[in-house]
Amino acid sequence: MNLGPHAGFIIAAYAVAALVIVALSVWVELDNRTLRRRLARLHAQGITRRSDKPA
Amino acid sequence: MSALAALFMRDVRLAIRVGGGGGIGVLFFLTVVVLMPFAIGPDLALLGRIGPAILWLGALLASLLTLDRLLAGDYEDGSLDLILMADTPLELAVAAKAAAHWLTTGLPLVIATPLLGLFMNLDGRASAAVALTLLVGTPALTFIGLIGGALSVALRRGGLLLAVLVLPLTVPVLIFGVSASNAAIIGPLPFGTPFTILCALTLVSLVVGIFAAAAALRQGME
Amino acid sequence: MALIDLANPTRFLRLAHRALPWLIELTGALFVIGLYLAYRAPDDYQQGATVKIMFLHVPSAWLGMLCWALMSVAALGTLVWRHPLADVAAKAAAPIGAAFTFLCLVTGSLWGRPMWGTYWVWDARLTSVLVLFLMYLGVIALWRTVEDPSRAARAAAILTLVGAINLPIIKFSVDWWNTLHQPASVMRLDGPTIYPTILIPLLVMALAFTLLFVTLLVAAMGNEILRRRVRTLMLMQAQSAPGSAE
Repeated sequence: MNLGPHAGFIIAAYAVAALVIVALSVWVELDNRTLRRRLARLHAQGITRRSDKPA
Repeated sequence: MSALAALFMRDVRLAIRVGGGGGIGVLFFLTVVVLMPFAIGPDLALLGRIGPAILWLGALLASLLTLDRLLAGDYEDGSLDLILMADTPLELAVAAKAAAHWLTTGLPLVIATPLLGLFMNLDGRASAAVALTLLVGTPALTFIGLIGGALSVALRRGGLLLAVLVLPLTVPVLIFGVSASNAAIIGPLPFGTPFTILCALTLVSLVVGIFAAAAALRQGME
Repeated sequence: MALIDLANPTRFLRLAHRALPWLIELTGALFVIGLYLAYRAPDDYQQGATVKIMFLHVPSAWLGMLCWALMSVAALGTLVWRHPLADVAAKAAAPIGAAFTFLCLVTGSLWGRPMWGTYWVWDARLTSVLVLFLMYLGVIALWRTVEDPSRAARAAAILTLVGAINLPIIKFSVDWWNTLHQPASVMRLDGPTIYPTILIPLLVMALAFTLLFVTLLVAAMGNEILRRRVRTLMLMQAQSAPGSAE
């Protein structure tokens, strides 16, 4: 694909976009795993909310 | 871990954890630098000429505004009394605190400089020069600020007083920092001349800062 | 299903859990189509292939602004109707909106360098987007500084609403500011009117970005709900710890 004389800028723009999107997605996913792990640990210790099933 | 290392790590951890010690500093730096063109006008040529000055002023103000968290927090919860009563020399303790403060507040400013150079129409070389002078100059700002912080630690509304005390002392650093940056960009002075003086200023401030701050703390906490 | 049904955090989590796989697939599909169309789009007669950057730049700009609008609605939800999930949505949306605004600035800058010869210029549109970016950073800083979630929510809601009122004012005043001080060199922004061969990829990419935003928002909102549960449980744990006052 011929991107012309300014190919570098076009590629850089798409690369940054990919990076930002991937970084956001990874952050959301890692955050989710950390939080679920923390919740599981708290549940294992017997600490639950009133509306949760008893541990 | 030695007491000093522990104090250093504690300060670093606190600065990273609590609502952004370093983050807020950089955000303020960014805001101030963005504000300048609103006052000066969007003329890129003009901005490029005064770019180093604007970046230095922004870094100076950002350093200043984060200085009160250097000692005030410890004063409020009593840690400062413990530090004063400890065996470790007070001079070294405040040096450790100031080093942690620079690492979490001053260094991020340096890292943000190339990006902000873009807003000021500075090319790569100019931005690098400014960043280098800030790298050498921001420790000076922190250690001089340490003096003001120590002097005003016991005061409740000490914020602006601290700024008024510290700013005159930082003028030489500002002068040589901007001078070195401009020397790298337009000459005719070689970069090395003002830069070595800047380095000397920083080294002097490291020593004078901690002795003066320790003396001020002992004085103010009696 | 009424909006009120989504007010229950547990029910929201369940819905989110079921909807997310679909959302992710749909987003992925739209991006694949959009990127293919972008690849096949013809070169612009003035800008050449760099017009392809527009397919990233314009959708990010739209989403950066849409996100603040959404945060403003959520702010009203918090302050006026006290909708339980409004502040969760607002807090979750802020970093996403900031990221899109950042992407808009960077892609615009990379587009500007070959087209105008400079990475940055202080013209009205760029400057007002930069100010929007700073406002995003400010509201994120506010969320992180206030400890208690509900107090943080109210503070952030006020800031968001003030920002929403201020955005048109900023845009308008920056326009004036830019024409008051004539720049040293005249920069021309416009290209030709948009042809369908460029419009279609743009719209598809815009849709893809919007769906990406929705997906990330739903996931982030789920995380925020979990985060508050962790906080509540840890507070409970601290209170019932042996030796602490009851």
